[in-house]
Amino acid sequence: MSLLPTEDEVMLAGAARGFLDRAAPVTHLRGLRDAGATHNAALWSEMAAMGWAGVLVPEAQGGSDMGHAAAGVLAREMGKTLAASPFLSTAVIAATALRQVSNDRSAKALAEIAAGRLTYALAVDEGPKHNPHATRLEAVAEGNGFRLHGRKSFVVDGGTADRALVLARTDNGLTLFDLPLDRDGITSVPKAMIDSRDAADLDFGDVIVTGDDVLGRVDDAMAVLRPALHAGQAALAAEMTGLTAGAFGMTVAYLQERKQFGVPIGAFQALQHRAAHLWSETEITASAVLNAGRILDSGEDATLAVSLGKARATKTAELAVQEGVQIHGGIGMSDAHDMGFFMKRARVSAEWLGDYSYHAETIARLRGF
Amino acid sequence: MDEALDDFRATTRAWLAANCPPEMRDAAQDEDAICWGGRNWTFASEAQRLWLERMAVKGWTVPTWPEAYGGAGLNRAQDKVLTEEMQAIGARLPLQSFGIWMLGPALLHFGTDAQKREYLPPIARGEVRWCQGYSEPGAGSDLASVQTRAEVDGDMYVVNGQKVWTSYADKADWIFALVRTDRNAPKHKGISFILIDMTTPGVTTRPIRLISGQSPFCETFFDDVRTPRAQRVGDENRGWDVAKYLLNHEREMISGGGGVLGDRSLGAVLAEMDGELDATLRAEAIDCEIDTLAMALTLERYKDQAETTEIGDASAMLKYAGTELNKRRHELVMKAKGSDALAWEGGEAEGWLRTKANSIEGGTSEVMLSIISRRVLGLPG
Ligand SMILES: Cc1cc2nc3c(=O)[nH]c(=O)nc-3n(C[C@H](O)[C@H](O)[C@H](O)COP(=O)(O)OP(=O)(O)OC[C@H]3O[C@@H](n4cnc5c(N)ncnc54)[C@H](O)[C@@H]3O)c2cc1C
Repeated sequence: MSLLPTEDEVMLAGAARGFLDRAAPVTHLRGLRDAGATHNAALWSEMAAMGWAGVLVPEAQGGSDMGHAAAGVLAREMGKTLAASPFLSTAVIAATALRQVSNDRSAKALAEIAAGRLTYALAVDEGPKHNPHATRLEAVAEGNGFRLHGRKSFVVDGGTADRALVLARTDNGLTLFDLPLDRDGITSVPKAMIDSRDAADLDFGDVIVTGDDVLGRVDDAMAVLRPALHAGQAALAAEMTGLTAGAFGMTVAYLQERKQFGVPIGAFQALQHRAAHLWSETEITASAVLNAGRILDSGEDATLAVSLGKARATKTAELAVQEGVQIHGGIGMSDAHDMGFFMKRARVSAEWLGDYSYHAETIARLRGF
Repeated sequence: MDEALDDFRATTRAWLAANCPPEMRDAAQDEDAICWGGRNWTFASEAQRLWLERMAVKGWTVPTWPEAYGGAGLNRAQDKVLTEEMQAIGARLPLQSFGIWMLGPALLHFGTDAQKREYLPPIARGEVRWCQGYSEPGAGSDLASVQTRAEVDGDMYVVNGQKVWTSYADKADWIFALVRTDRNAPKHKGISFILIDMTTPGVTTRPIRLISGQSPFCETFFDDVRTPRAQRVGDENRGWDVAKYLLNHEREMISGGGGVLGDRSLGAVLAEMDGELDATLRAEAIDCEIDTLAMALTLERYKDQAETTEIGDASAMLKYAGTELNKRRHELVMKAKGSDALAWEGGEAEGWLRTKANSIEGGTSEVMLSIISRRVLGLPG
């Protein structure tokens, strides 16, 4: 197994870059924010037409089935210009979950995802930190279905998605439900997020669901959810390496062009060494993130590889945006400059699907601490 | 392709099982367990001698070198398989040397065919041990300001000057040295890269004791040392190119870290050592473990890349990050073991002190960062 990009991956990255520079540069996100929007449906349709929505959907359901490393390539390119789309929630997380279950309903949903006609959100967390096992939202058995009661918070894409995968506590464990967000009793409260992306709180006030709404088996959510989380964490880590590269690229350019004391500020060794350290970190993180995609595609247990990727990506993105603002000086603090968008997205993606400590603890457990 | 590789793995595994002496199957490498080879080498055991001999016959002391020069001509994939199979049984490296890490790659790139045939096979067989004569009292980070001079006298150079921090100069058979052959040219343009037999009259060494207690490095003096001009690698006054190329390989090598900790999980190492971890130390150790895992993947990625493209100046990153990480790992071992690691016996303190040189030897961390910023990132200066 090699961590070098394959020819296909290089081509995919190039094609994605070309498209995103035209259709979703950072000004696109800025425009959405200024217009009070978080998504652009036309953009997602174009991505779907290129096969991105079906990147993890089997060919039988009309997907391009390119695998997790390829999903990482796309996520990284999107991250470079902070392209806002349902890619992670829908094409990566929901598609991976649905693939774990082979029935007609899943097959249909996968086909709709690949076609760009159906979007999903993942409703797992209820508190300020990612922790699926702390789920308290109840699904009480009733007749041949359940009655759901409780709240979910930080549901990414929960304000705009058609459906959500909802983790609930059942009699003997956790169960994953696949529900339309317009089901009676579900209220979505969108939040104005610092990264200008979609996230909402979901309130479940006695929502009646049937056995058909269960994805996978009752009391066995993790069989479906774990692979989906791994896929999402790996792709999010890849997006964060893109975000890091975007912020770092601006910083290096600024080091070369901004003059003080009659010289480019990049001539000051104090700044040179910080930039060089940051670049070293990005190289090391790149390996960990590429490895996560490769291990997921190999079918081996990816727990360690994914946590390593997300932990490193989180730490390096934090460093990149902090150095990014500092090295830009005053202009780095102005909203007119793009660096702030990178800093805010880095903070949100640090928390989503497990922060540095969450993944560090997973690694510690697996490495004998 | 994959099938051929599977065959290679199977035959390699079988060969190692049959030929690696049981005594050579404890990957734990303290300094005394390493075989450096050379004319004056005394094997620590018959097993050590046998292991070197057998591996050298296979070309597996330098697996990727061409067969003509003592290697086995393995490609990167085969080399990885060999490494994996050796690690699987805990096999030690049969031989380590500056010849393998530094001079070999430089000779393969810059040497004449005659030089390759003369110098490479003895390195591969562990018969000749080399040391590196780069640094001088006045030329450390500013290496290009070396003053040791070589004057032409017919077919010979006459060398005068002093080197310092020459690791294992007192044990080495030959030295590769940077000497000034043109005093009027700009500093990078007047340097040549020459090979000198340490038994040549006029070469003397004096050991310097390290803070870690050992004295593997020396001052090396040259007084009217006459050495053939044919022993110059690369063109006269173009030695800086050779020197830099070699340094990149040296940096890749140093970045691998290793030492007593090797590739094992820091968590496992600390547990084995009965180290005590409070919450703060545990958090620090986990951070370090994360960075170690990611660094190991990065080294693999760069080695894969090196098969088609020279790593070049980016080796400064491997060197910088790898050595700083190795220092962190050893700091953690010392903290976890507390007063149990403060006596010389046990070796932790010696290992810990020795790692402090990692970010100095082969170019300091500060110099690595400057190389990255100027040559990789293109910042001014
Ligand atoms: C254990 C060990 C083994 C060694 N083995 C060998 C060997 O076998 N052969 C050999 O030739 N050499 C060897 N060396 C020497 C080593 O390569 C030098 O020590 C190293 O290049 C640094 O040079 P210096 O010691 O003169 O330090 P200096 O160059 O004097 O550096 C002192 C400090 O100044 C900093 N500094 C210097 N220049 C700059 C700059 N431009 N910007 C910012 N900071 C700067 C350095 O980073 C360092 O912190 C060995 C060294 C050690 C410690």
